[in-house]
Amino acid sequence: MTNKVLLGSVSAAIFAVAAAGIGLADIRTGASLVINGEIPIVTETEPPEFLQDVFPEIYSGWVFRTDETRAMEEDDFDNPGMLYVEQGIEAFNTVMGTEGNSCASCHDAPESLANVRPTYPQWDEAHGEVQTVEMQIIECQTERMGAEPYGYDSQQMRNMASLIASVGRGQPVNVAIDGPAAETWEAGREIYYTQFGQLEMSCADCHERNYGNLIRADHLSQGQINGFPTYRLKNANVNSVHNRFRGCIRDTRGETFAVGSPEFIALELYVASRGNGLSVEGPSVRN
Amino acid sequence: MTQTRRQFVGHGLAVAAAFFGLPHLASAAQVEEALNAFTGGADMADDGITLIAPEIAENGNTVPIEVSAPGAEAIMLLAAGNPQADVCTFNFGPAAGSSAASTRIRLAGEQEVIAIARMPDGSFKQARQNVRVTIGGCGG
Amino acid sequence: MAENVTPRVRVPRDATVGEVVSVRTLISHQMESGQRRGSDGELIPRSIINRFTCEFNGTSVVDVTIEPSVSTNPYFQFDATVNESGTFAFTWYDDDGSVYTDSAEITVA
Repeated sequence: MTNKVLLGSVSAAIFAVAAAGIGLADIRTGASLVINGEIPIVTETEPPEFLQDVFPEIYSGWVFRTDETRAMEEDDFDNPGMLYVEQGIEAFNTVMGTEGNSCASCHDAPESLANVRPTYPQWDEAHGEVQTVEMQIIECQTERMGAEPYGYDSQQMRNMASLIASVGRGQPVNVAIDGPAAETWEAGREIYYTQFGQLEMSCADCHERNYGNLIRADHLSQGQINGFPTYRLKNANVNSVHNRFRGCIRDTRGETFAVGSPEFIALELYVASRGNGLSVEGPSVRN
Repeated sequence: MTQTRRQFVGHGLAVAAAFFGLPHLASAAQVEEALNAFTGGADMADDGITLIAPEIAENGNTVPIEVSAPGAEAIMLLAAGNPQADVCTFNFGPAAGSSAASTRIRLAGEQEVIAIARMPDGSFKQARQNVRVTIGGCGG
Repeated sequence: MAENVTPRVRVPRDATVGEVVSVRTLISHQMESGQRRGSDGELIPRSIINRFTCEFNGTSVVDVTIEPSVSTNPYFQFDATVNESGTFAFTWYDDDGSVYTDSAEITVA
């Protein structure tokens, strides 16, 4: 018991102004993001119904970044994430596997996949499971192309996922949480509110109860994933949602789930649904 | 051998710097060296050159920098607190439309960014700006 | 040769005689600084783009000397004066001896 109280005070101390609640004072809300002067991006909007009592407004992670970081996303030339999209386009048009197919053989141009990012993860009837974009890519490779599948979090996978996100930019995130996906969604919600690690922190501790506040010298966001894959200034590469989840849980000093695990697939569906209504923004630029 | 108090203190600092590997002290000499290599030790004016850098950089890995010095034939950028102070030098050719450029640089921590312009008449101009680098909240 | 090095350049398609146009360039490159240690504890050898040049119809626009403090995926923006239609030629020089090139046409009227 003593132990628990001590740990509790550690996690309380993480947030400089935890008691003061949400700290949007030094966040510049109300700015609009238009990519290439032609793709308007919804970065703040009404929360989905199940979050009506939790958030007055949902915000893309873009809102929590500095002007310089925000600006890098306004133009594809300034967004280094687009370098990986270009590598994705090359792979899209390259034949892989024993069937002699490229992605383009079935899907023509990447733009034909514009509706993928907004609606994934989604229920896959044939496999009886919720599938992420990465799982769908692996399914194509193994079941239709006779190809060696990309590693779930490999550079090639992140390039392809960035391409698929990029063609969906501007469309509202709209993942289904009812019907056959409901069970997975519930499992994801359970994880979201479970405290992990020695610091006993849940996703909600940071991203629901303390967004806008500082964690060290950094503003916590609402943890929205509409901008994934994200190009992070930190590692100068595109990063996957599951890799971000893994980093978050590791930072609670917890044992994390694996990239591509059923837990992270469920969590991705749930977290994606918290951003229903925001625009697809990947590859976004974050710190 | 006798030592003045100043020499003694100086030696002490040098020893401390060597012992603790203080990066700031280590590169102060290097900044001087890089500056001298470019200017030959000439005086530098403080006007006619503009350096635009964020006051606070969200991540030290990618910091946008803009520099402009109308008429300059070359502009050197230095990061005074990096392991190696030189960042890059722009040499403007006859087809340049201005003596201005933007790039993205690495900063190893809070430090001064220095821009030095060489003018066609052999004179030099400098601008300096301190940039704070945010310590990230979560490693990801 | 470093992996997946792709240059990108952007210049306007058209301009008027004597116009100053903005030129932007980006190249995917790790820019290994030579300061980092790998998982084996050994320093990872430096491997960067050490020089970048832009010429317009054979005349220099800018020639940049580059050190490891320039970020991964080096980005440069600068201006060029165009007095006639022609070609921008861009060249990046890698520590490992590789040379990457790109070009862009502009119509000046």
